[in-house]
Amino acid sequence: MTDFFNTLLDPSISFLRYALIAGLLASVAFGIIGSYVVVKRITYIAGAIAHCVLGGIGAALFFSQHYGLSWLTPMTGAVLAALAAALVIGLVSIHAQEREDSVISALWVSGMAAGIMFMAKTPGYIDPMSYLFGNILMISRQDLWTIVALDSCVVTLGILSYSKMLAVCFDEEFARLRGVHTKFYYLLLLCLTALTIVLMIRIVGIVLVIALFSLPAAVAGHFSSRLWQMMAISTLLSMFYVTTGLAVSYGPNLPSGATIVMIAGLSYLLVMAAKMLRRNHN
Amino acid sequence: MTNPILNFDNVTFAIDGIEVLSDVSFSAQSHESICVVGPNGGGKSTLLKLALGLLEPSRGTITVLGTDPIKARRKVGYMPQYLQYDQRFPVSVLDVALMGRLSSHRFGFYSKQDKVITMQALDEMGVANLAKRHFGALSGGQRQRVLIARALACEPELLLLDEPTANVDPSVENQFVEILHQLAAKITVVTVTHDLGFVSQLVDRVICVNRFVKIHPTSEITGEIIQDIYGGDLKMVRHDHCCSEQGHAHDRLF
Repeated sequence: MTDFFNTLLDPSISFLRYALIAGLLASVAFGIIGSYVVVKRITYIAGAIAHCVLGGIGAALFFSQHYGLSWLTPMTGAVLAALAAALVIGLVSIHAQEREDSVISALWVSGMAAGIMFMAKTPGYIDPMSYLFGNILMISRQDLWTIVALDSCVVTLGILSYSKMLAVCFDEEFARLRGVHTKFYYLLLLCLTALTIVLMIRIVGIVLVIALFSLPAAVAGHFSSRLWQMMAISTLLSMFYVTTGLAVSYGPNLPSGATIVMIAGLSYLLVMAAKMLRRNHN
Repeated sequence: MTNPILNFDNVTFAIDGIEVLSDVSFSAQSHESICVVGPNGGGKSTLLKLALGLLEPSRGTITVLGTDPIKARRKVGYMPQYLQYDQRFPVSVLDVALMGRLSSHRFGFYSKQDKVITMQALDEMGVANLAKRHFGALSGGQRQRVLIARALACEPELLLLDEPTANVDPSVENQFVEILHQLAAKITVVTVTHDLGFVSQLVDRVICVNRFVKIHPTSEITGEIIQDIYGGDLKMVRHDHCCSEQGHAHDRLF
């Protein structure tokens, strides 16, 4: 643990500091958007968006190599793919009368498959594992700035749309009757979800990112009677998971993304167990 | 005759070619209180959804407050029959009632005035003291009242209530009758119910819906009419009720 703090303060080693700053910043977006996603019960849609991101990363690597497009970083590819996936999935779920889940799983797997194919055809060694499960060694200064920009954008929109989003999540029909453009807010929520996912991909990866979406909000849900309380608590929890996860994984050289998610999972189980014990006790 | 608040003109509504409502015509005048009764699946809720513009008629025209249902929405308060929501949804009573103050333009938070109007609506429904409570922790009757308060917070000229007495015990039901009575003095109220006893004490006119619509002044409702609507024998219980100013026929049976 002291190793962790020494490295954190060592001016010559930046990646751990970047990871911690990125994780703490992203936690705010995760707390806010994750709470919307959990109360609206669309975590599986968030999952599909996250997996489609691999397609964008693969495409970005492939095209930047083949056509020398240096602006097309994996991060840019991830943002574009996430937004595209959010809009496609959103429109499908608004307009598809039936079998919405089939369409969503089809997009889920095709996105991943496309990513793996692009990566295979990109010259040089690319480790898909680092995108799937995160790799804090890969966070660059530029990534950090992208995260700061996206994070402030998501947090601002998430807070400003609070009263409308709450109504759309709680009772969409009534919100529509009051003249709220519910489809717009639904698509906005999916786009904000998409951007939030991108924030954490470097740290926990595509596969594990959904855990940080749903677990802090699920734990917070047990302690909050207002949506904003749920957001505040899950932001703090998410910050706690990221910090302890990084600290615990650093010494024994464990994969940090997996450690963060494991701590989140354990705390969820503990809360559930404590709840059950208390109920039986009463 | 002044312009009706709500007007159905030969409205037919069909789903997959099956007519749910056929050639429905009726109108509600300002400050009138109307009850819509009929068996399950008879088209009562469909009638309200048409008036709200949530459904489009296959034929015929509907005008609400002199315009089409979608444009009139801002001045219509609605309490749905079912609210599909998660019991654990983290939302307070005030949060729910404030949704009546939503508008399409503002991108931000509710104003102080929104809160004042909403608290008045909660107060009117006798649930202002519950404002800070978790919505999911309320009893069925309390929840219905909050939902009516939410509809009132819209400051409506027309109030549409879908089964306000569902899941409510009889003592609360009597309070509801009183509350709706007061509301009807101020605005036009259309109530959908399966509860015929509730009807007799409350309204000026009854609209009976079972695909076709028949309209009766309350005092005309007899056993035969009820049998006609519901199709079959019904056990009828005479309630004590208030007489209208014109008095009432003594063969009135519920």
